[in-house]
Amino acid sequence: MSRSVRAAVLRDAIGLGVAVGLYGVAFGAAADAAGLDPWQALAMSLLMFTGASQFALVGVLGAGGSGPAAIGSALLLGTRNTVYGVRLAPLLAPRGLLRRLGLAQWVIDETTALAVAAPDRGLARLGFLAGGATIYAVWNATTLVGALGAAALGETAQAALDAVVPAAFLALLWPRLRAGAEELAVARRVALGGAAVALALTPFVPAGVQVVAAVVAVALAGRPRPEQREAAA
Amino acid sequence: MSSGTLWAVVVVGSLGCYLLKLAGLSVPAAWVERPWVTRVVTFVPAALLAALVAVQTLASGQGLVVDGRLAGLAVAALALALRAPFIVVLTLAGATGALVHVLTT
Repeated sequence: MSRSVRAAVLRDAIGLGVAVGLYGVAFGAAADAAGLDPWQALAMSLLMFTGASQFALVGVLGAGGSGPAAIGSALLLGTRNTVYGVRLAPLLAPRGLLRRLGLAQWVIDETTALAVAAPDRGLARLGFLAGGATIYAVWNATTLVGALGAAALGETAQAALDAVVPAAFLALLWPRLRAGAEELAVARRVALGGAAVALALTPFVPAGVQVVAAVVAVALAGRPRPEQREAAA
Repeated sequence: MSSGTLWAVVVVGSLGCYLLKLAGLSVPAAWVERPWVTRVVTFVPAALLAALVAVQTLASGQGLVVDGRLAGLAVAALALALRAPFIVVLTLAGATGALVHVLTT
C-alpha cells in the first residue's frame, strides 16, 4: 500500500469532514428554530448521525408536526443507510458483535462514498474509519456551535433562519437532480411528484404527515429496468 | 411539545436510524439487493427532500403562505445552479429572507 495513496484517502476523508462541518452549523441552527435545546440538537448528532434524517426530523417538528410524523420522515430517509451497510459489509468485514455495533453508527452517505471509491479493501477500511472519525467529530462540534449561536439570535435573524432551512434541504436535494445524476429524468419526476403531493395535502392533514405521505411519489419511478434486474441477479 | 416529549422523539428517532444502519451490516445481502428494494430506496430521498423543500418554503401551519422564504429559495436555487459553495448558498438565502422581512414589516 503506497504512502501517496494512503495520503490521498486521508485527504479526501478530512476534506469531507470540513465540508460537512458547515452543514452541522446549519443543522444546529435548524434544530434551535424547531424548539430543540442545544443538548437535544447535540444528542441527535451523536446518536442519529445521519444528516438528511436529522434535518427532516427537526424540519417536521419546526413546521408544527407530531413526534410520530417527525420520526417517520427520519426513518424513511434512513433506509438508504441499510443499503449502504449491505454494500459495506464485505469491505469492512466486521469481526465480532462489538465491532459491528460500533462501525454501524458511521454508515452514512459520505463514508460509503469514501469506502466504495477506494482501490482495495484495506484502503476502503481506512477511508471509512478516517472519514467516519473526522465527520463524527466535526459534525458534533459544529452542531453545538450552530445551536448555541442560533439561540442568541433576534427576530430578523430568525426570519433569515426561516429562509435558510428550505435552502439547506434544496442543497441536499440538488446533487440528485443535477446533470450527471443517476436516472436524472426519473429523479426529477419523483421529486416534483413528492413536492406536489406534500403541498396538496398540507391543508388537509396534520403538519408533517404530508412529508411522510410524499413517499408515494416514489411510485413514479416505475419498475426496475431489465438491465438492473440482470445486474442484481 | 414538552422537553420530555422532545427527548423521547430524539431518542426513538435516533435508535430507529441506528437500527437501520446496523441491519445493513447484519442481514444477508440477498434480502436487500432486490431490484425493487434498491429502486425504492434510491428514489425515497428525492421524494422526501423535495417535499421538505416545498413544505418548509410555503407551509405555515395548515395554510400556504408566500413570504421571504420563497425569495430565499429562489436565490438559493440560482446560487446552486452557479455551483456556489454550500455556505454561500445558505448565507444568500438567509440574507434574502431577512431583507424581505425588514421590507415587509
